[in-house]
Formats: sequence, C-alpha cells, structure tokens
Amino acid sequence: MVENTNIFTRAQVHGPIDYGVPIPTGQDQRIGKPFLAYWLGRIGDAQVGPIYLGGYGVASLLTGFIAFEIIGLNMWASVGWDPVEFVRQLPWLALEPPPPEYGLSLPPLNEGGWWLMAGFFLTLSLALWWIRMYRRARELGLGTHIAWAFAAAIWLYLVLGFIRPIAMGSWSEAVPFGIFPHLDWTAAFSIRYGNLFYNPFHMLSIAFLYGSVLIFAMHGGTVLATSRFGAEREIEQAYDRGTAFERGGLFWRWTMGFCANSESIHRWAWWFAVLTPLTGGIGILLTGTVVDNWYLWGMKHGIVPPYPETGVIDPATLQGGGQ
Amino acid sequence: MKIAAWFIGAIGVILTAFMLFTAGWERPPIDSDQSGFRGTGMAEVSNPRIEGPLMEDQMEGLPQATPLTAAMTAGPKAGDVYQNVQILDDLSVTQFNRLMTAITEWVSPEQGCGYCHNLNNLADDSVYTKHVTRNMLQMTQSINSEWTDHVAETGVTCYTCHRGQNVPEYAWFNGDPEATAVAGMAGWRAGQNRATEEVGLTSLPEDPFTAYLDEQQAIRVLGNEALPYDESNASIQSTEMTYALMIHMSTSLGVNCTYCHNSRSFGTWEGSTPQRVTSWYGIRMAQAMNSEYVSPLSSVLPPHRLGPTGEGQKINCQTCHQGVQKPLYGTAMAKDYPSLLTLSSPAPSRASIEPEASSPVESLALSEEQEQEENDPAEGSALY
Repeated sequence: MVENTNIFTRAQVHGPIDYGVPIPTGQDQRIGKPFLAYWLGRIGDAQVGPIYLGGYGVASLLTGFIAFEIIGLNMWASVGWDPVEFVRQLPWLALEPPPPEYGLSLPPLNEGGWWLMAGFFLTLSLALWWIRMYRRARELGLGTHIAWAFAAAIWLYLVLGFIRPIAMGSWSEAVPFGIFPHLDWTAAFSIRYGNLFYNPFHMLSIAFLYGSVLIFAMHGGTVLATSRFGAEREIEQAYDRGTAFERGGLFWRWTMGFCANSESIHRWAWWFAVLTPLTGGIGILLTGTVVDNWYLWGMKHGIVPPYPETGVIDPATLQGGGQ
Repeated sequence: MKIAAWFIGAIGVILTAFMLFTAGWERPPIDSDQSGFRGTGMAEVSNPRIEGPLMEDQMEGLPQATPLTAAMTAGPKAGDVYQNVQILDDLSVTQFNRLMTAITEWVSPEQGCGYCHNLNNLADDSVYTKHVTRNMLQMTQSINSEWTDHVAETGVTCYTCHRGQNVPEYAWFNGDPEATAVAGMAGWRAGQNRATEEVGLTSLPEDPFTAYLDEQQAIRVLGNEALPYDESNASIQSTEMTYALMIHMSTSLGVNCTYCHNSRSFGTWEGSTPQRVTSWYGIRMAQAMNSEYVSPLSSVLPPHRLGPTGEGQKINCQTCHQGVQKPLYGTAMAKDYPSLLTLSSPAPSRASIEPEASSPVESLALSEEQEQEENDPAEGSALY
C-alpha cells in the first residue's frame, strides 16, 4: 500500500471514471468527457471533468470576459495600440478610476467611464459566480461554507471599489485595475491616511492572515505526519480511539497543552481565513471616512510608542510661508 | 530525500536563471549606517562596490581652479575696459577673464568662447547662449547668496550641473500634454502608468515636476488631525503625484526614504532628520530658480531646445545631485570664484533676455541641431 509519509504526494489517486451523483431533472447536466491526467494525479485526483457550467456559470464567464476585455483593451489603447509596448509595459498599465473632479457623477467614457463599466461587469461576474457556488453546494447536499468564505472576499472587493468610494463621495478614491498601479495605489492610500499600520482593523486582518498561514501549516503538517496511520481518512477516524487523528491531537496537547479536534481545526481555519478580508474591509471602510490620519489617531490612543524627538521643526512654520 | 534534492536543485536553478535575466541585483555585503532611533529602521544602505566607481566617475576630470591672487583683483575693471558687461562689471579684467576661462571649461570645453560669443565682437549679444549664460550666472549668485539653507557654504558653480556639457545631463521638459490628454474613445491614463526612470520605474505619475517645481502646487497631502475635521481632502491621485516627487528625490540623491523621514509617519517633522529641512529648502530653491531664472529663458531658446509645451528645460534635484547626496561629494568649488557668491546688481531684467532679431542665433542653432542629433539628453526619457 502506498503511504503518504513524504512531503510530496507519492500516491497516484485515480480509479474508474466517476460521473458523480445524479443531478435533479430540470437542470443542465455536467458536460465534457472525463479523462485521467497523470501529472494532475501527482498533486490531486487524476480525473478531469465532467464539469457543470449552468446558466449562472455561463453568465458569470460572459460578464467576467466583458470586464477583462474593457480593462485589457483600455490598457492596449493607452500605448497607442502598439502590441510590443503592450507586452513590454503590461505590468505598468492600468484602467484608472475617474479623476476627483467628477465625484460620484457619471464621468466621460474615456475619463473613468470605462472603469465604472469594467467594475460593474466584474462585480456582476463575481456575484453570479457566488450564486453558482452556493447552488452547486446545495445540489450536492453540502453546507454553504465555501460560498460564504467567498462572500468575505467579495466584501473586501466591494469596500475598496464601491462602498468606500460612495462614502467618500468620489469614484477617484477607488483602486485602478492594473498590476503595478494597484500596488502604487495601496502605498499611496496608506501614505495619504497616515500609515495604515496603525489601523486596528488592519492589524487584525494581518493577524488573521498570518494566523491562517500558521494554522494551515500546523494542520497540513499534522495530517501528513499521521498519514502513516491513515490520517487522510479522517472521517472514519473522527469518533474512534487510538487512530491517527487522536495521535495528531495528542501531539499538540503534549506540545502546547491544548489541541483542536479533527472537526474544530477546520472551523479555526475557516474563521481565520474569512476574518482576514472581513476585518480588512472594515479597516478600509473606516479610513478617510472616520479616521483621517491613523498615525495621529494611534498617538491619541496610546498605540504609537513615542520616540525621542529629533528637534527638527517644520520650516514652513518658521517663514509663515506654507507650501 | 532524492525527490527533495531534485526539488531544491530545481528551485535553485530557477532562482539563478531569474537573477541572471533580471536587472538590479546586488550581491552582499551591503553597508548599513544607522541614522535614526533604534528600532525605526532608519539606516543608510550603500553598496561599496557601486559607491567607489560612482565616486570615481563623478569626480573624474574635476576642474582645478587657478589660485586667485591679490594681484588678480587689482587693475582696471572689466566694466570700464570691455563693452556691454551687464553683470560682473566690478571684477578686475584679470579676474573677469579667469572666470570666463573657467566657464568655458565648465560648460563648453569643446566649442570654446565661440559657444556664447560672436568671436568677431565679443560684446555682441546676438548669440542666444550669451543671454542664457548671463541669466545662469545670476542664478548661481542667487543660489550661493540667498539659498545657503540648501547649499550651505559649499555653494554651486556652473560645473555643479553642467559637468563639461553645454546642457546639464539631467533636466526636464514640461510633460507632453498627450500624456494626460483625454483623446479618443479609450486609453486615457491620467499621466501615469509608464515605466519611467524619473520616478524609479514605478507606475506613479511620470511628471511631478510641472505640478510642483513649475506650478508650485501644494505638496503636502496628509491631514493634520486624527479625524477628518480639516478640509484638506487631498486625493489619492495627488498623493501619488507627491509620492512620485519623493521617488525622484530619493533616486536623485541615491538615498532611501529614511534619509529624511521616519517612515512610520512621513508627515510629522518631530521624527524627521535635519536633512528633511535641507530638502525642503531644496524644493523651494528649485521652484524659485525655475520661475525666476530658467523659465524666462524659454523665449530666447532656439526651437530644438524646446520641449513639447514650447518651453525650455528646467531643473530638478537630479540636475545638481546626479545620484549623490551632496553634489560632487561636497567639493566646494564656488569659494574659488568670489564673484559667484554675491548677487550682482542689477537683478535680472526680463528685457535683457529678449532675443534681438539677428542671424547668428539661427546659424548657431542650426549647427547645434546637427550635433544634438547624436547626443540630446532630452531624448529617450519618455519610455524606458
């Protein structure tokens, strides 16, 4: 019998083609002829397909494609339709939100109008994909945890591009669609609002993000380490004594005095993952709307440690001549 | 274990290939000097293998001044002996000629006196470069006498920027209006999102100079209160513009943000280093020099010296600093030329720089144009 005792998958998981449980009548059927792929079998299940697309899936792909095209074609237009420059400068290119003077009004097409349109179709695409995830889970008789975790990510996306700009009264506060430009936006956003590191919800978000990584590593490591006793068959082991899962729990109880169990560890993981964008979104939403300068806010509330002053004073105050 | 070895080997090969085919990698050790309170990450980092050659390159061919003796300052005044000496007329003829020789070495070592003078009549004002030089001399005097908050006792000479070239290597044109134009159906980019050297290859706005060093718009974007009481309302876009100017300052001086700022709060002065004050005066100096001395020259420049907006080149931090914290590593050249340290009267008169309609300007412009085709520093800065 192949054992999963290595940090690399040595078991090739494949068997006879599985067509899945029947789908209720009145719905689309799964499409595509399933096949086995050896290299996919090295990292997961070797079977590819069949896939269920359905009306929501088709609509989501379509609206996502429209958004992708609006963004991509605007990027291409911004280099004068030069294909070489498009490839060369791609990481620098972006579709920018409207300039500040337009506020929340509808800007001209080429001055943020395309950005609003791309945002509309991208949001629609995400919403349709969310419905699809929810419905597929229900059709399989599953809980809807995955859909709600996805909704947490959509929340952060909506705060950045929709809710906060409306609260600030200007689309110009939103993020551009672009690789480097959205990173420069992030840096400028933190600088404009006095250093996001002093935003408690940003702190929480980082704690949950790094916590997710830690829990992921602990859980993955524990399951692999106990797989010599069959830990990957956790469902069968959850209620029994002396199993691989109990050994995994024992290991952590010995190491740190407390252990999750094979069910609760997944709640830990799910909540840590979901709270990352949830708290992050709250932090973004408060920035500029409720707090204007997080550093000064942190000073006011004793979060920021005082350092010795360097004795430097603002020269603009000396001359009476501001910038 | 065998698989792990292959895996680690493969990662090593990929990283090495990545390093070989991408730019900007420096091998350790890198020197680091703490410059702020412990724990703030305020440190100056430098690579000794780059610093050495850079210094050699910058200091190579540094002109040496002939000593100024008391005898040189005696004798008849240039203003009495020569015609049309509008500034520097108080200098003795010897001292005047010593400075002229130095300027030739600093600015036009190849073309000689004829770069600015009509060689048949040195007093003639028909060559446009003579107007430029007169303005630039007054600018130098202004910097050395009125801007000691920035240049201290070191001061500047023509060589600080020119380094033996007719036009300083680093200067800027007002941005092409097309970069911000809203033309056609799509492709508007708000003057940013280009890999430009001026802003350190970020996607920040590529021309922060027009806004800040020419139009003198407000640079500060941070609110002064914790809560949004004050109506500063600086946009993310103007923040990016400020950020772009700061990147320019950082690359121009070869320093990082913490040279001036405690990066936990870029805005507050209490935690900043004294260098930030020097830089603050530097920005004001660049603004003042551009508006008082450099911009007015656009009207006398020949077309090939003008940028997309019909204006001549202007100065920014890089023009003098050229990648070094103190230009020419703090070499004090100006002290050898006392006439550059005080402002000559009269103050620059706009009338004196109006071009006189005469052909030599155009003939020089034409011959320059041919030379410029090979090595115009203004070109090639748009896309990187």
